[in-house]
Amino acid sequence: MALQAAAFWILAAVAVVSAFSVVAARNPVRSVMWLICAFFTSAGLFVLIGAEFLAMLLVVVYVGAVAVLFLFVVMMLDVDFVELNQGFLQYMPFGALVSLILLTELVLVGSTFVFADPDAAGRAAFSAAGPTNAEAIGAVLYDQYIYYFQAAGIVLLIAMIGAIVLTLRHKPGVRRQDVGKQVARRPKDGVELIDVKPGSGI
Amino acid sequence: MDVATLTASLQLAAPEVMLAVGAMALLMFGVFAGDRAAMLVNAAATLLVLAAGAAALFYVPADGGEAFSGSFVVDPLATYAKVLIAAMAAAALVLSSTYLQNEKLAKCEYPVLVVLAVLGMMMMVSSRDLIALYIGIELQSLALYVLAAFNRDSLRASEAGLKYFVLGALSSGLLLYGASLIYGFAGSTQFTEIAIASGEPSIGLIFGLVFLLSGLAFKISAAPFHMWTPDVYEGAPTPVTALFAAAPKLAAIVLIARTLFEPFPVLSDEWRQVLMAISALSMGVGAFGALAQTNIKRLMAYSSIANMGFALVPLCAGTLKGVEGMLIYMTIYVVTTTGIFACILAMRRREGMVEEISDLAGLSKTHPGLATALTVLLFSIAGVPPLAGFFGKLYAFIPAIEAGLYWLAVFGFLMTVVAAFYYLRLIKLIWFDEAEQPLIAAPREANLIAAGSALVVFPILILPFAAGPGLELISYAAGSLF
Repeated sequence: MALQAAAFWILAAVAVVSAFSVVAARNPVRSVMWLICAFFTSAGLFVLIGAEFLAMLLVVVYVGAVAVLFLFVVMMLDVDFVELNQGFLQYMPFGALVSLILLTELVLVGSTFVFADPDAAGRAAFSAAGPTNAEAIGAVLYDQYIYYFQAAGIVLLIAMIGAIVLTLRHKPGVRRQDVGKQVARRPKDGVELIDVKPGSGI
Repeated sequence: MDVATLTASLQLAAPEVMLAVGAMALLMFGVFAGDRAAMLVNAAATLLVLAAGAAALFYVPADGGEAFSGSFVVDPLATYAKVLIAAMAAAALVLSSTYLQNEKLAKCEYPVLVVLAVLGMMMMVSSRDLIALYIGIELQSLALYVLAAFNRDSLRASEAGLKYFVLGALSSGLLLYGASLIYGFAGSTQFTEIAIASGEPSIGLIFGLVFLLSGLAFKISAAPFHMWTPDVYEGAPTPVTALFAAAPKLAAIVLIARTLFEPFPVLSDEWRQVLMAISALSMGVGAFGALAQTNIKRLMAYSSIANMGFALVPLCAGTLKGVEGMLIYMTIYVVTTTGIFACILAMRRREGMVEEISDLAGLSKTHPGLATALTVLLFSIAGVPPLAGFFGKLYAFIPAIEAGLYWLAVFGFLMTVVAAFYYLRLIKLIWFDEAEQPLIAAPREANLIAAGSALVVFPILILPFAAGPGLELISYAAGSLF
C-alpha cells in the first residue's frame, strides 16, 4: 500500500509539473515533449487505479499518434509561435472563463462520486475479481459488436483509399528506388578505371 | 456469440461479406497491376456487384432473420432493395467504362470505391439499429464523396466533392444528434427496443426523430435539405452522377421507411406531418427549380428532388399500401433515371462531353434510336400514360388519397404538370429543332442501357409482369415492415 501511495504521489507530481510546463514552455517543441511526459504519467495513474486498458490506449493513441502528429506540425510547419502568443493578455479573460467552467465541471463530477452512496452501481465500476478491463471490452467489441467493428474498419479503409486517390501524384521527374535494378548493377557498370597521367588531370 | 450463431449471421450477411472481401481483393489486384488494368477491375467489379445481388436473392435463406445480435436484418424488403441496388450500381459501372477512358480517369480505385459504396447501401437497407444505420450511411457517403471529387484536376469536381462532404458532415451531425436523443429517451439503439419504449412517446423522442429524419432527408436530397444536389450533380463525373441518382436514393428511402415504420409506429401522426412538409417542399422546389436550368445534369438534379418528393407522398399515408406505392415508384424511377443518364453519357462531340440542353437539338435526325429511347424515358418520368412512370405516380398518389391527404395529392398532381413542361421542352428540342453541330456516335454500352431501360418502362412489355407477379413481389416486400 505504501509503495502504491508513493507511486501515486510521484506520478501525480510529475503529471502536474509537466502539464504546467506544457503551457509555460517557450519553445513549442519542448511543449510537445512535456505533453508526452504528462500523457505517460497519466497512463501510470490509470494503471494504479486498475484501468490498464485506458493506460494502454493513452500510450498508444495519444503518445503514439496524437503527440507525434503535434510534433510533426510544430517542426514541419513554419508557425511563428512568438507572434501567436502576442494576444495573450487580450484573450486571457476568455481563457480564464473556459478554465473556470471546466474546473467547475470537474468538481461537480468528482463530488457526485465522493458523496454518492458507496453501494451505488456507478461507484462499483472496477472489481479486482472479475475479468480485466481489456478482456471485458474485447469480449463485447469482438463478439456482440463485431459487425460495427468490422464496418468501422471498412470506413477507415475508404478514408485511406480516398486520401490516396485524391492527393497522390506521380511526378514524372521523380526517381524512385528500384531494388532489382540496384542489385543487378555490376561494378563494371558504375566504376571506371582511368589511368591519369601526372600533371594533366582528367 | 458462439460459432453456430456467427456462421448463421455471416450467411445472412453473405452479399455484404462478398462485397467487402471482393473490394479488398480488387484493391490489391489494382495496386499491383497498375492503372492499365483499370478496365479489367471495372469489369470484375461489375460482376462482383451482380454476384452480390444474386447472392442476396438466392444464397441468403429465404425466410431471412436477424444477424449480429439483432443489428442486421434480412427480410423481403431488404432483399428486394439489395437486388435493385446491385442492378443499378452494375449499370452505373458499365456506363462508366468508356467515359473514364476518354477522360483519362481510368484508375483501379474507381470501381473499388463503387463496390464499397454498394456495400454501404446494402448495410443501410439491412440496418435495424441506430449504430448500424449510421455506419452504413457513413460507409456509403464517404465512398460517394471521394467519387464526386474523382476528377481531381477539375475545379468543378473538387468543388462538388468538397461541398458534398461538408454538407454531408453537417447532416451526419443532425442525424447523430437525433440518434443520441432517441437513445437517451428510449434507452436502446435497437429498433425493436425503441418500438417498445416509444409506447408512451415523450417530447424528447419526437425531437430526436425529427433530427434523425432531417439527416436522412439530406441523403435523399429532399427539400429543404437539397442545396447540395445541383452543384454535386453538375460537378461530379457523369457516370458518378448516374450512380448518385439511382442506387443511393433507393437505399436511403428504404432506410427511411424502415426507420419510421419499425421503431416509431406509435409516433406515426408526428412523423407523417414532417414527411408531408418535406414531400410537398421537394415537389415544389424540384418542379420550379428545374424550369430555368440549361445544363442537363442540373436539370436532372432538380428532377431527382421532385421525384423524391413524389416517392415520399405514399409514405405520408403511413400504411402498407403506402410502402408498396413508394417501392413501385422508386423502382420505376431508378430504372428511368439510369436510362436517362445513359443518354446523357451518349452526348459527345469530337472535343469531349457536352452537357447543355441545347446540345440535344436535332438528336432525332442524327441518332434516331437514342432519340426514341430518350423520348420514351422522358415521357415516363413526366408521368404520361401509358408509360410506366404514369403507373408509378398512380400508385404513389392512391395511398395518399385513401388516407385523406387530398391536398397533398392535388399539389403533387399540379407539380407533375409543372415538371412536364421541362421534360416536354427536351422532347421538343430532340424532335423539332435543328442540330447546330451533330453529336458523334454513342458508346455501345450507353445505347444498350438506354434501350434496355426504355423497354422496361414501355408498358406493353412491363404490364403483363407488373400487373401480376411484380406487384405481388412488391407487396410481399413491403409487408415485412408490418
